[in-house]
Amino acid sequence: MSGFTALVARDLHLVWRRPGDVAVVLAFFVVATVLFPLGIGPESNLLARIAAGVLWCAALFASLLSLDRLFASDYEDGTLDLLLLAPWPLELAALAKCLAHWIVTGLPLCVLAPFLGIAFGLDGPDLLALAATLLVGTPTLSLIGGLAAALTLGARRSGALLALLALPLCVPTLIFGAGAIETMAIGRNFTTHLAILAALALVALATTPWAMAAALRQAGE
Amino acid sequence: MAPPLLDVIDLACRRGGRQVFDRLSFVVGAGELLALTGRNGSGKTTLLRALALLVRPDAGTIQWQGAEVRAEPEAWRGRLAWLGHLEGLKGDLSVRENLLSAERLRGGPPADDRLDSALLAFDLTSLAARPVRTLSAGQRRRVALARVVLSQAPLWLLDEPLNALDAPAQAAFRLALQNHLAAGGLAVAATHVDLGMPAARALELDLVK
Repeated sequence: MSGFTALVARDLHLVWRRPGDVAVVLAFFVVATVLFPLGIGPESNLLARIAAGVLWCAALFASLLSLDRLFASDYEDGTLDLLLLAPWPLELAALAKCLAHWIVTGLPLCVLAPFLGIAFGLDGPDLLALAATLLVGTPTLSLIGGLAAALTLGARRSGALLALLALPLCVPTLIFGAGAIETMAIGRNFTTHLAILAALALVALATTPWAMAAALRQAGE
Repeated sequence: MAPPLLDVIDLACRRGGRQVFDRLSFVVGAGELLALTGRNGSGKTTLLRALALLVRPDAGTIQWQGAEVRAEPEAWRGRLAWLGHLEGLKGDLSVRENLLSAERLRGGPPADDRLDSALLAFDLTSLAARPVRTLSAGQRRRVALARVVLSQAPLWLLDEPLNALDAPAQAAFRLALQNHLAAGGLAVAATHVDLGMPAARALELDLVK
């Protein structure tokens, strides 16, 4: 387990050294969501209805934006070989990289989203639901994106390919994440949606590390 | 405990539809250095990667103390120190941070005196706080070699270890390698120049037609 925490710590340390990379992703999230009220106009009913979908889509794109560097930087400087040669399972290394990615992008997105929700005219319970669904749903985005990043490692135009691979797989998470706010609008509880999001996250947690490790071994050959 | 022994039997490897080497057998015992020589593209790097299980061989076995290494890949990886043609260093971290993080990734932090002596061995003490991205190619190579020394692994797999090293750094490398071999370690090094180690055994890889 010490190797796992060491890898998470190393990746966080690297982000700390280059905070600009994360700042760009978060700025993209803010700018992309703020464009919608500007483009659609100040019709508060309409804005409140589309808010969850817009924020979820923007969170998905923002999290993809930073994923193409997840394994690529290790691949280019040779540290991927050191991970492949570490005397503990590569599956854990892939998971550690995704965890570090989630801490620096998924978690800040969950914190930022409620503030942006205010701009869309969402009220208290809706904002809470938004933050809760993002908190449970964004780990899935990091894991699925990590898998796409591992599969596209070494490919040309890997960024576009990564989005093409990851976006369809993220659809269930998107549907239940954005759907939770809509159920609240018709006066129902959103815990069912939250449970389904958690289930999706657990399925991703149980499957993607193995697939990522296989893809990384392939890239190392 | 049996002495450390690397026994490679009938190893064969194909890459991109081409036979890189076929029915390759050799033994490396405690305190021995095997220098892999041969033309560019003769499969030196592929053989090193196959020994590290980074490349899957098509046939043959790799044994350590008589046991097939693929049966316990994690234990095998714990016995290896790797120096590839890429240094495996993070440009944004300092020399000291790179060495510490590489050592932690192998599990367990090193004692500080070991780190200091590894830095000293490659004349890196004054560079320890510098970010690796500001170092020259030769200085990076020295950091990567310090990482190999620090790992205390019994088997060193080195790909062109002398690349970019100046004369004092080459001497430092030879001294570190001699100490490693004298302590009963093993080393396999791919090289296209003379390593300058009189005790080295050479294995010439031929281009398979």
